[in-house]
Amino acid sequence: MIDLDETDKLILNHIQLDFPLVTHPFQTIAEDIGISEEEVIERLERLHDEGAVRKIGPIINRRSVGGTSTLIAVDVPVTRIDEVAGYINEYSEVSHNYLRPDKYNIWFTVSAPNKERICTILDELKSKTGLEFINLPTKRLFKIGVRFNIR
Amino acid sequence: MDEVEEKILRAIQDGIPLTHSPFSEIANQLDMSEKEVISQIKVMHEKGIIRRFGASIGHRDIGIIANAMCIWNVPDERVGDVGTIMANFPEVTHCYERPRRPEWNYNLFTMVHSYTKEDCVEVASEISKATGISDYRLLFSEREFKKTGVRL
Repeated sequence: MIDLDETDKLILNHIQLDFPLVTHPFQTIAEDIGISEEEVIERLERLHDEGAVRKIGPIINRRSVGGTSTLIAVDVPVTRIDEVAGYINEYSEVSHNYLRPDKYNIWFTVSAPNKERICTILDELKSKTGLEFINLPTKRLFKIGVRFNIR
Repeated sequence: MDEVEEKILRAIQDGIPLTHSPFSEIANQLDMSEKEVISQIKVMHEKGIIRRFGASIGHRDIGIIANAMCIWNVPDERVGDVGTIMANFPEVTHCYERPRRPEWNYNLFTMVHSYTKEDCVEVASEISKATGISDYRLLFSEREFKKTGVRL
């Protein structure tokens, strides 16, 4: 696990939302938190290398670029978890895939240009695995705004 | 989304460089002006093509290792109100209404991220108190097989 000092935490809490879209954004951030631009960049390079920052960039809205997404649940026998997870991961349309043991144990999300593509993927997975895939498409979105309160 | 927007989005989707003038570097690659790159990003943000511009955090790497999918059985006529209350909890990062299924009678799905499983259980209990919804379960992720953002 990465150890963060108070300045790291300040930077990380500062740049998740409202990153300055200006000529010298790291200078703006530096002024906001009271350290030098060089230090902001050095710290971010380290945080990026260590994995605390995956990227600084856009979170793309799948719906506005055209497309649809869904959550799929499947009950996989324990001995077949890796095999089935592997089949699921083969699709570039699969964005998240987790083991969450319950009545259904593999849960994954699919984003695709249209519903037909999602149906095709599910049909293919069913024939490859012989398992039943439960489709839970989004009916209403209340929140999607991942911002972590780093403490 | 027009061609210019798509070109810029492809150039920045995996992250801007950590340098003194990151947008100028992007502009050079694309043979555009820095000013145009910045203003196009702002426009895409306003239009909602870009949901958020900022740092994506490797939350597991910094110790936010617990994440629970909390699923709730909410009376259909209360979904609007309850979804709004749940979305207002800072620990709730995602909140969706999804269809019920014959063997899975839950219609609201929230993702809760925190430092420990106990934190997640506590947050779910607070949400339950705030909404009066008592039929719920927490599904903790035990393995991450894949996680990628939306890409063009």
